[in-house]
Amino acid sequence: MSSAAIPQPVSVDANLPLLEMRAVAKRFGSREVLKNISLNIVSGEFLTLLGESGSGKTTLLRLVAGFEQPTSGEIWMSGEHLDTLPPYKRRVNTVFQNYALFPHLNVRDNIAYGLRVQRAPKNEIPGRVNDALNMVKMAEFATARPSRLSGGQQQRVALARALVNRPQLLLLDEPLSALDANLRKQMQSELKALQRQIGITFLFVTHDQEEAMALSDRIALLRDGVLEQVASPREIYAHPATAYSAQFIGQTNLLQGEIRRSIATCGVLRWPLEEEDGPVIFSLRPETIRLCPEGKRQTNEVKFRATIRQQIYGGTSELLEVDCGAGQLLRVRLPACGPLTGEHDFVFSIADAIRVAD
Amino acid sequence: MYSRAYKTLVSAPPLLWVALFLLLPYALMFAHSFWTVQDGVLVHQWNLANYQKLLTNPLYAEVLFRTMRIAASVMLSSLLLGYPLAYYLSFHSGSRKELLYQLVIVPLWVSYLVRGYAWKTILGSEGVLNGFLQYAHITHEPVSFLLYSPFAVVLMLTHIYTPFVFLPIYASLEHIPRPLVEASQDLGASPTSTFFRVILPLSMPGLLAGATFAFVLSLGDFLAPLLVGGSSGTMIANIVQTLFGATYDWPLGAAISVCILLMTLSLLFLTERLEKRWSFK
Repeated sequence: MSSAAIPQPVSVDANLPLLEMRAVAKRFGSREVLKNISLNIVSGEFLTLLGESGSGKTTLLRLVAGFEQPTSGEIWMSGEHLDTLPPYKRRVNTVFQNYALFPHLNVRDNIAYGLRVQRAPKNEIPGRVNDALNMVKMAEFATARPSRLSGGQQQRVALARALVNRPQLLLLDEPLSALDANLRKQMQSELKALQRQIGITFLFVTHDQEEAMALSDRIALLRDGVLEQVASPREIYAHPATAYSAQFIGQTNLLQGEIRRSIATCGVLRWPLEEEDGPVIFSLRPETIRLCPEGKRQTNEVKFRATIRQQIYGGTSELLEVDCGAGQLLRVRLPACGPLTGEHDFVFSIADAIRVAD
Repeated sequence: MYSRAYKTLVSAPPLLWVALFLLLPYALMFAHSFWTVQDGVLVHQWNLANYQKLLTNPLYAEVLFRTMRIAASVMLSSLLLGYPLAYYLSFHSGSRKELLYQLVIVPLWVSYLVRGYAWKTILGSEGVLNGFLQYAHITHEPVSFLLYSPFAVVLMLTHIYTPFVFLPIYASLEHIPRPLVEASQDLGASPTSTFFRVILPLSMPGLLAGATFAFVLSLGDFLAPLLVGGSSGTMIANIVQTLFGATYDWPLGAAISVCILLMTLSLLFLTERLEKRWSFK
């Protein structure tokens, strides 16, 4: 084995999923934290587990790391049954939420820890540790104790300490949540660049939907221990599967109503829709609603008249709350257009009202 | 800010206490060690005779070495008992933690003397242990080395000081962030490896504090040798006690006390340095 400049993942058949969760469930006493989770992670992808606190995302990560055992179901990694192995035998490494750097070891020894305990060839260790230090731009702090480092620096060391072991899968448990907003943005882009560069599969946990959107190839949205939707950020935004997805990722208007004889009715809004009769929920993103120039409605559009209730100026855009009559409120995002008052005509395209499950 | 008068008022009682009950006695002890007794009368004449006697009479050296040997044995055996106990309680006891913790602490509420006499009843030739050994046909007559020996002193002091060793170790183990243990395993370290590379180094301050407690407290103990030590288990504090009591040679007793004090202080200084070396805050 050569001391390659950058840790390389073990090559895996691209058609096979790297990690496979098969009907995984986890119960703590009588509390069901995860219910029937089936999820595949493809080699090289950046997958984010997104959810509110208590949704089970960290538990799912800990199942993969081996700190918890699934109550039922199986986890497989590159054709190997993973959940029978203790944590120290898994080719998985974790970046912990508060970094968990060893306080009695300096930066270099922290990074070398994994190589030493796994008895990597002695002559290889210094080279690999130096490469890892350079990769996260921390070479000048090699002999510093973790307590002397800032949050962002500790973050980098934690990343290097995990990556130096060339894991097949890197788990990241809200690694950026302890950083302030500016540093977080910077670390987000560094993290993304690093992941592209080294090609290691990332399983990332966050409660921050913007962060998930910015970083992920795919997002797995968790709600109360159930996978709500698994899709790319664009897909999940444009076609949310459920009302919860639509609300959690980005802002939306949820329109509750019903379809009867090919007419969808949601409060005062009505449009033709060739679907079966019954109750429905639509997600209508605020930015899909536009001001309607006089008399210019097309056949595939819905036009309505509404009163401006509130206007929030956001620099490049305006967020309006409008009342379309009978107390039905909608949020509308327009390009910055100056103060608006009174009644206006608005329009949206029927195709933008996405039917979502409850 | 507090006024000058307030500060003086608050700090006066403890300062007075320290001066009256710590500094003054030490000063008196120090002075006594350079005086002599002639015909049962204290002579305030400065000289080094007491220290010369300590260095030349092999009895004192012998007892001092025995005392240190006993103190070291107590330290080792209470560490061997206290550390695993603290480790188990901190990491593996689960919901029984509170109960077990109380069980370790409760013996501290029992009088030292009562515990001493309990060991006498257990170890004596008509005692519980000998009774059992004969009942079980392991021995045919009472085993005599159990009581009135250095062994008995070590046993009793270990029993008494193990909670003192347990407490600081337990506290330092409880302070180890659990994610560090997980991080170690995550990086490929087995539980054994994790113990020696993470848990043990991070509990060093507690271990050192506990070891110091056991050693220093044993060094100055005179009740255990009195109760269960016999003549072969005499310790340096017994000598001091005799010198101050029956023999009425306060100056020699004071000289020995000064020696013990200096040893204890240098030991405390050493462990203080070591503890600094092992703390990472």
